[in-house]
Amino acid sequence: MTAAPTLPLLNRTGNDHPVAWRNGEAVTLAQFLHEVQELAVQLPERRFLFNLCTDRYRFLATFCAALLRGQTNLLPPNHAEKTLVQMHTLYPESYGVSDKGLSLAGLDILPYPELSWESRSPLSIPQIPGDHTAAIVFTSGSTGEPQPHSKQWGSLVQVAQRQAQRLALPPTSRIVATVPPQHMYGLESSLMMPLHNGGTLHSGQPLFPADIRDALSELPGPRVLVTTPLHLRICLDEGIALPPLALILSAAAPLSQELAQRAEEAFAAPVHEIYGCTEAGAIAARRTVAGEAWHPLSGVAIRGTDTESAWVEGDHLPGPIPLQDILASAPNGMFRLLGRKADMVNVAGKRASLAALNRQLCQIPGVRDGIFFVPDDQPGVAQRLIALVVAPALTESEILGVLRQQLDPAFLPRPLYKVESLPRTATGKLPRETLIRLLGELHHG
Amino acid sequence: MANSQTPFEQEVAACIVQALNLDITSESIAPEQPLFQEGLGLDSIDILEISLAVSKSYGVQLKADDPANTQTFSSLRSLASYLEKHRSK
Repeated sequence: MTAAPTLPLLNRTGNDHPVAWRNGEAVTLAQFLHEVQELAVQLPERRFLFNLCTDRYRFLATFCAALLRGQTNLLPPNHAEKTLVQMHTLYPESYGVSDKGLSLAGLDILPYPELSWESRSPLSIPQIPGDHTAAIVFTSGSTGEPQPHSKQWGSLVQVAQRQAQRLALPPTSRIVATVPPQHMYGLESSLMMPLHNGGTLHSGQPLFPADIRDALSELPGPRVLVTTPLHLRICLDEGIALPPLALILSAAAPLSQELAQRAEEAFAAPVHEIYGCTEAGAIAARRTVAGEAWHPLSGVAIRGTDTESAWVEGDHLPGPIPLQDILASAPNGMFRLLGRKADMVNVAGKRASLAALNRQLCQIPGVRDGIFFVPDDQPGVAQRLIALVVAPALTESEILGVLRQQLDPAFLPRPLYKVESLPRTATGKLPRETLIRLLGELHHG
Repeated sequence: MANSQTPFEQEVAACIVQALNLDITSESIAPEQPLFQEGLGLDSIDILEISLAVSKSYGVQLKADDPANTQTFSSLRSLASYLEKHRSK
């Protein structure tokens, strides 16, 4: 047996190179390596670590310290108590690291320590085995129970390199991200990409347009904004002026041509989109205004286009991974997205099966019939689900109250309408056109 | 009275209901009810929509790294009082 090849923690040479930008100051490579090592020494001897840091730099340092100790980062979809309790049951021999003083009964949480930095002899860049499970990323299923997806270090590094190459990312990019680091898109684009492309990450997670502008303004160019269609639309509608950008990256929801065009004009920067999923990570990219077709990352192959069951293969992936979208082949190895599989919905980047949602709705005592459905797409508008319910003895808020306990909030219907009956056909089906017509009547009635 | 909306709170409540296309009347938002989670059940997408609406209506650019944890968005009352202090139109 041969040992698995190792890959460096990050790809940089100069000790003065800024790895991160935090509180208005650069964190140099030398400082970063000392901090990671100092933190690694303080970690207890356990296999799994809940990385609960919200400051992106501290999240990164914790992430790397775990790697140095051969531990695996558990990345919950959110920090809600319910989620953490569920996950702790799945990984009993775990502990947490938090920079926000989080506490949870039964889970040992180490507060992120204040580490002192004084100039010391430079450390060499650690090597991490490529087959080490660096992270387990969780998606929230429609019913809220977290689904684990293991990520090997070698695979994360490869995707980061290939994504940077596909985007022609400038090697000294300063990256500001509006998305959290514990989701796959944020992990790949705001942590792994700067680590392995010689870039710098901003420690914040700005939300409002003014916060985004301020975070970008702190950094010298070339600036890259890692964001979502929603943030872009709000920035455009508010008319905020951003400092010059080299690149805008969008993912988590489809970006319309119109919104991409407006963003390119307003911010004078190319807007690229990433197509991917939590199971496989980034798969393909495109400059949205250049056309519909997606260009797979190198080493990635899309199979089963023009069928109901496309999948992705890659030399960095453990095996073929089924996709939740229907794909059509396009010239030059590219592909187009035709739409989601009929049963799958995506709200704010979270996926759920409509069948599962309908089942939950109909299982509520007092609900006789009910259906969730997706209204017509409105470009750039955060899409919400609508529910029609037959439940004579319940009020709307009683039904919503039960759903709130069971569903991820993103899937709560907005609005939920009570109706006397659903217009089912003789075979029990509910054609979409009939639902849309009924909805129109409810809106105007 | 603590449970009824002031005139400005009524205005902000109407602004929220319109911006989020909520299926409730603006009067039904209790001024001190939490806007998130157990209260009105808003999430971070909604905060962004509200930030855009208040920027247009009151010329206030909201700023916060993690608004879910800040006082401003804890209730209609705290949001309205913040806007009243910072409004430019």
